[in-house]
Amino acid sequence: MSAPPSYGHIIGGGLWRNNQSLVALLGLCPLLATTTSATNGLGMGLATTAVIVCSNGTVSLVRHLVRPEIRIPVFVLVIASFVTLVELIMQAFFYEMYLVLGLFISLIVVNCMIIGRAEAFASKNRVDRALLDGLAVGLGATLVLTTLGALRELVAQGTIFYQADLLLGDWGRVLTVRLGDDFQGALVAILPPGAFIGLGLMIALKNLIDRRVERRGPAKATARPIVPATASSA
Amino acid sequence: MKTRSILLAGFVLGTFAISGVSLVAVTHEAVDGRIADNQYQAMKRKLETILPAGRADNDPLRDHIQVAARDLLGTETTQVYRARKGEDPVALVLEPVVPDGYAGPIKLLISVLHDGTLGGVRVVSHHETPGLGDKIEEAKSDWILAFTGKSLTDPPLDKWGVKRDGGEFDQFTGATITPRSIVNAVKNALLYVDQQGDRLFRPVEPAVPAEREKS
Repeated sequence: MSAPPSYGHIIGGGLWRNNQSLVALLGLCPLLATTTSATNGLGMGLATTAVIVCSNGTVSLVRHLVRPEIRIPVFVLVIASFVTLVELIMQAFFYEMYLVLGLFISLIVVNCMIIGRAEAFASKNRVDRALLDGLAVGLGATLVLTTLGALRELVAQGTIFYQADLLLGDWGRVLTVRLGDDFQGALVAILPPGAFIGLGLMIALKNLIDRRVERRGPAKATARPIVPATASSA
Repeated sequence: MKTRSILLAGFVLGTFAISGVSLVAVTHEAVDGRIADNQYQAMKRKLETILPAGRADNDPLRDHIQVAARDLLGTETTQVYRARKGEDPVALVLEPVVPDGYAGPIKLLISVLHDGTLGGVRVVSHHETPGLGDKIEEAKSDWILAFTGKSLTDPPLDKWGVKRDGGEFDQFTGATITPRSIVNAVKNALLYVDQQGDRLFRPVEPAVPAEREKS
């Protein structure tokens, strides 16, 4: 194997270059189903991030112990355990949020993004890199989930971070943005087709930014991938 | 040699299974009380919004029976919570299911005061279309509040329907099926309470165990 990837490379890959939601298009079921508001997207993203960090770390720790023939069942066991943990913890500390996201928390188990990172990265790299990769990939997905949620919410009902207090406690109310009281939105945004359209637009935007960056300076294209990533969420 | 490697693989897999299960079991044990408390508090807040404030002095969540009335309550068995003041009955809270919502069953919470009027109706969960049928949620519109204070005689039984069917209750623009089925379900719940009368307030008999009680 070649030299292990640098930290910067891992972060840039997870957040932008190889964003699992926009480039690999993994984990689309929760992405499309739960992003009816920015709060839901953020909650789902953070839950996924917690699972992926824990599973990456564990898989990396035991990578020399686990024989190739049984690695997939081991990954599944590890992921399922952590998902159950996250579910229990959410029920205990974010009960209202749990009621909203409900079944989709359990369904993190079958999110291909997580087993994908376990197989493609964590099982071949040191623990520190695996943890960082989990964090970067998780936050990359969270960014997309939250942005798509905010977008759909804004177009459909003219709010951003409506009911953020369910997830963040009382100070979450500060985040809520409301465009007038009689906002007449486009209902389609919050229905399933709106999720597909929104995701399509976001992928197009990412490709557009990538092409711009590439044209401006091919050498620097990979050096500063984080800047456009945060810019796109604004 | 081959047997050994199979055994080893099985051992490793078994170890992971055991540690995974232990981790989950320990966490479950640690947060179980908190989760039960969350559920209790959430239910209690819901009950408080549809029960007359200060009229009852018991805890309806700890005074409930299970009843079976599929025809009128829409589901095989359902809980009935009883609010009392001392020995006197104050109100009943039922959890009927509307079987014929536009997009699947709708779960309701209905309180019926002892004089037969509705203390309130709330939607607990539903899958209706956002922007159309979801106006049944209290957060989205006041529609569901129109039931408060109604009874089987007000409006009269044949007026228990949406306006399009000649009834008393509003439908939504673009969504008639959802309000129609909810009005019908509320009527059925009232009929059920009327049929059963004070039997629903009887103390818990040993035949109807109120298990899973935590003091």
